[in-house]
Amino acid sequence: MFGAVELGLIYAFVGLAVFLAFRVLDFPDLTVDGSFPLGAAVCAVLIIAGANPWLATLAGMAAAACAGLVTAFLNVRFKILHLLASILTMIALFSVNLRIMGRPNIALLTEQTILTPFYGLGLRDYLVRPVFLAALVIVVVVGLGLFLATDFGLAMRATGANPRMARAQGIATDRYIYVGMGLSNALVGLAGALFAQTNGFADVTAGVGTIVVGLAAVIVGETILRFRGLWWALIGCVLGSILYRIAIQLALSSGSLGLQPSDLNLATAVLVALALVLPRLRKGGMTA
Amino acid sequence: MIRVENLSVTFAAGTPLAKRALDGVDLSVAPGEFVSLIGSNGAGKSTLLSAIAGDITASTGRVIIDGEDVTRQSTARRSRKVARVFQDPLAGSCGQLTIEENLAIAAARGAPRGLRHALTHQRRALFRERVGSLGLGLEARLHDRMALLSGGQRQALALLMATFSRSGVLLLDEHTAALDPGMAEFVIDLTRRTVSEHKLTTLMVTHSMRQALDLGTRTIMLHEGKVVLDVKGSERSGLGVDDLVKMFRRVRGQTLDDDALLIG
Repeated sequence: MFGAVELGLIYAFVGLAVFLAFRVLDFPDLTVDGSFPLGAAVCAVLIIAGANPWLATLAGMAAAACAGLVTAFLNVRFKILHLLASILTMIALFSVNLRIMGRPNIALLTEQTILTPFYGLGLRDYLVRPVFLAALVIVVVVGLGLFLATDFGLAMRATGANPRMARAQGIATDRYIYVGMGLSNALVGLAGALFAQTNGFADVTAGVGTIVVGLAAVIVGETILRFRGLWWALIGCVLGSILYRIAIQLALSSGSLGLQPSDLNLATAVLVALALVLPRLRKGGMTA
Repeated sequence: MIRVENLSVTFAAGTPLAKRALDGVDLSVAPGEFVSLIGSNGAGKSTLLSAIAGDITASTGRVIIDGEDVTRQSTARRSRKVARVFQDPLAGSCGQLTIEENLAIAAARGAPRGLRHALTHQRRALFRERVGSLGLGLEARLHDRMALLSGGQRQALALLMATFSRSGVLLLDEHTAALDPGMAEFVIDLTRRTVSEHKLTTLMVTHSMRQALDLGTRTIMLHEGKVVLDVKGSERSGLGVDDLVKMFRRVRGQTLDDDALLIG
């Protein structure tokens, strides 16, 4: 169960990132499938090369932010459909990630990570990672919540909610799309870097399905906490991500369902589809 | 205050569907003037407003606001000088944001948007006072999401938002057309108060001849992208709705004749 919570906390950053892109900016961004392993790859390569793990993590975030900027650039500058622009970046990143790593997989098990200093501080080893991750999640949630309530943050929300009104109110919407997409992918890169360090490896295929997992977190969060304002939406992303992991683990470990680990993607897709359909069924009828 | 020189806008230029929406319009609006714009569908009224606001870029000609040539400026940049209220009540605000958040977005217009909290005590107090002056009781609902309000309430707030940060120019695009009669009257009244209180230079598109003559100081009729009537002062005050309708029919009749010739 600690494993599920830990993974849920790592993917909470993806959930928050997807919330930022899909909900705040109204920009369906699939870049994340590439920027997650990009964050992991950059971080792992730098750690292997002897860099400070914190700097390596920041570098992973910065690289992922650049990936987000590329997608935003394709969309804003060349008017490529956002979905397609993000798919192009995602596909390109697979090659980029292989180049960065030089091989499909890098092991970090014996290396120093940002977690190393926290072992042996009295906390039991299996608690160190969840507690550390939870603290980081709280910092990011508070930071995002405060950010979205600033003049700059409100302008970003208006950009996604009503771009015509935003421009009429003097908001240069393009600029906010760049910043938002950079920020969103930086969070995904952070998740990738943390994943690599807590699991002890970086892998080019680790990003497959990241977007669906992030969406699952957002949608599960929205289903349990409806329309209660920004803070609850952010908290919902975190809770959604953890609940999703627990649900998946229960489904896969209960032998009665006959599921095996390779069914994970199918189970995720079904879960997201259910979360999307249930509110509609609850409203009575599928006519809408 | 607003000067439009030889302004032409052609949609789908260079294709068989090319449509000349504005055809060499010259117009000069003095500071504080309140112009009502009328004309049939497709006459170019909304296009003229959009060209001044920046949503549409002129094919030829210039737009000068407050002495500055803004022809190539983006909508966002022009918003320092120009505020706008749309026909669609949903277009002027963000439904998923609260009333006070929408007001804060408008209050920051024309200033750099930084990382300070948007809803300071100062701003909240200002919002309560200004929203209270509308007399709609909305000052008690500043935390409500905009989507919960009626079209009329949203339009009244959009008008209020337009006066924040004193833009100087106000563009109204049939801003009462989507409202029920009672609320439309309220918004018209509010428009009159707002424009005179803030001494705004105003361009208002309307389909109502009555409204065109009742409100404002000058009336302009567009037809097929050209100014066909421009009256103010005593000449305007002597006009009745009937006269306007007659003129309206006359310019439209001309095109009918033209069409008849073409078909014949």
